[in-house]
Amino acid sequence: MVVLCVAESYALNNFGNDAGSSTMHTVHTRETPDNLLQLLSPEGVRLAAPDLAPWVADVTADHLASLYRDMVVVRRIDAEATALQRQGELGLWPPLLGQEAAQIGSARALRADDFVFSSYRENAVAWCRGVAPTDILRVWRGTAQSGWDPLVHRMATPSIIIGAQTLHATGWAMGARFDGADSVAVAYFGDGATSEGDVNEALVFAASFQAPVVFFCQNNQWAISEPVGLQARADIAGRAPGFGIPSLRIDGNDILAVMAATRLALHRARTGGGPTFIEAVTYRMGPHTTADDPTRYRPAAELEEWAKKDPILRLRRLLDSLGRFTPELEVETQTLADATAAELRAGCIGLPDPEPLSVLANVYATPHAGVDRQRAEYAAYLASFEPAGGKA
Amino acid sequence: MTIETVRSSPATVNGATPVPLTETTTLTLAKAINAGLRRAMLDDPKVVLLGEDIGALGGVFRVTSDLLAEFGPNRVIDTPLAESAIIGTAVGLAYRGYRPVCEIQFDGFIFPGFDQIVSQVARFHYRTQGAVRMPITIRVPFGGGIGAAEHHSESPEAYFTHTSGLRVIAVSNPQDAYSLIRQAISSDDPVLYFEPKRRYHVAGSVSPQLGASMERAQIVAAGTDVTLLAYGALVPTATDAALAAADAGIGVEVIDLRSLSPIDYVTIEASVRKTGRLVVTHEAARSGGLGGEIIAEITERCFEYLEAAPVRVTGFDIPYPPAKLESHHLPDLDRMLDGIDRVLGRRR
Repeated sequence: MVVLCVAESYALNNFGNDAGSSTMHTVHTRETPDNLLQLLSPEGVRLAAPDLAPWVADVTADHLASLYRDMVVVRRIDAEATALQRQGELGLWPPLLGQEAAQIGSARALRADDFVFSSYRENAVAWCRGVAPTDILRVWRGTAQSGWDPLVHRMATPSIIIGAQTLHATGWAMGARFDGADSVAVAYFGDGATSEGDVNEALVFAASFQAPVVFFCQNNQWAISEPVGLQARADIAGRAPGFGIPSLRIDGNDILAVMAATRLALHRARTGGGPTFIEAVTYRMGPHTTADDPTRYRPAAELEEWAKKDPILRLRRLLDSLGRFTPELEVETQTLADATAAELRAGCIGLPDPEPLSVLANVYATPHAGVDRQRAEYAAYLASFEPAGGKA
Repeated sequence: MTIETVRSSPATVNGATPVPLTETTTLTLAKAINAGLRRAMLDDPKVVLLGEDIGALGGVFRVTSDLLAEFGPNRVIDTPLAESAIIGTAVGLAYRGYRPVCEIQFDGFIFPGFDQIVSQVARFHYRTQGAVRMPITIRVPFGGGIGAAEHHSESPEAYFTHTSGLRVIAVSNPQDAYSLIRQAISSDDPVLYFEPKRRYHVAGSVSPQLGASMERAQIVAAGTDVTLLAYGALVPTATDAALAAADAGIGVEVIDLRSLSPIDYVTIEASVRKTGRLVVTHEAARSGGLGGEIIAEITERCFEYLEAAPVRVTGFDIPYPPAKLESHHLPDLDRMLDGIDRVLGRRR
């Protein structure tokens, strides 16, 4: 039987009473004044957090360095894609600037056989799933509606309809449970999405069927122009126990806390513990998309405050304190970022426009007389523009 | 709520606090809707706006710019992200005598609210034998041609014209944008009000008069050889096609439908009796689209006047394609001229 403890100021909600969880108990956990679980302070200092720390006890300095590399590279991808949009090479780009720890820390905790169902901002997650940077851009250049094969990367086409993917993740996880597999579905969504009916229905189904799904909510404080307070009067993580789902509210700019919480949730899911809800509290440092102008609704001072909690800077400080932020690491990271950006730019500009008749391809899995007729008609129409005697 | 696609500067539609429209003024289509909303809100304190990002931001297309500052948060309501809730709470507000105007951010986001629209809003008057009215206006930017990501370029109007109990409007120019938003808000029936998003920044002369009833189609170019029906963003394209056809000596009568439910068959029938040839164009898919319905009705009404089988120039029966392919999907000038040729028997 699940017992609500939302009213109490635990960042770890409800684990102690969850019969499915053999390892977790709500005990003395370090929390910030914001009611966040942390393992790494903004100054880069390791913090004691008995509930979370064991989950990253094996993370070596080299592992931290590789996380740092990923974060720097995806930030560089983000900057390059923004530049490509400004230069007219992309129709639009949704920056993830500021959310690198939340995305890298969680995605790097996954196994290859897990399956991600994300929104459109999880470009760093796609990076971790092995999606080529150019493929990430296909949708935003308008050459395709899915940049990669979801079945190859085990990451679904990012959902543009807000929150829809949480149901898909839940269904996938129900199937995994029925199949006796220990793979886990991870649903990525934002604070705004938690208002949608689909997300709430996903929580109901996941709890009811004890589906092995991790609900990973990046609370980046803003849904276009709407502050999170419009979506949620209380902590978002506090909602999950009401659905019978234990939750954690973590510092989403603290990559160790993110990784620990995700590993904990994955373990619960793999071992029959059912769903877990993680609220990673972070900040969208850029606009909603390149079409957005946050100066219309957001005070500059807020951005300055969050810049002090920058996730990359924080990890760099930790690496520095461990003596691992070496000139070699800096050069190696920069070289990789530069190369990735160059690959991204060349790949983007080199993406071919799709063939005209592909507009009528793949509407159905098997031939459809109506679409086939329209394709033949359109081919004839296009041919009517060819000069007499065929193509020049 | 997701991805905005307006790439022009917000300043083009965001200026100082507007003065009420008292004389004929040049406005963009977006500004004309803004002026119409403002007029309706000044005239009736029960008119309230609900939607995502419509407050401080003024909507992703800036259609509600400055209205929050003027009317406050109880009348310009930034809602949480839930389209079903936007429509469903409008029903409750309507029960109390409000006239809610809901903004659906993009055409493709209306579907989470679809159930509330077709199962609730559309049926109240019938269900209660006229006791409960639903004077709700649902504003929907629609159509493609802006190079957007998926779900940002849809033409879902036929789902709503197929639903009894809803009135459906599609505007094509700033004057109608102003006049018809006011008429829609005044209507005691629910109205789907479709806005041609790729024409938001087209400017035109706007008079403060309410003008012709929103249920009347309008002849925007006179001609005697072919009748070409269009609505929304395709009206200017159809007018261009008529100009091009005139160069070839073909007189095309272009009719802007304005109202998609009900349809002004009186105006269409009079035109077709004159021309004997009918072409209907829309961005929405052909099958089950309005073109087929209009052609069936006209065939029933004046079959003996038709000189040729009517022609549809529409989007294909496909999900809206990626941006790089949309020019192949959308009816353009050439495809309309091709349709005119076909109805004239000049092409197969």
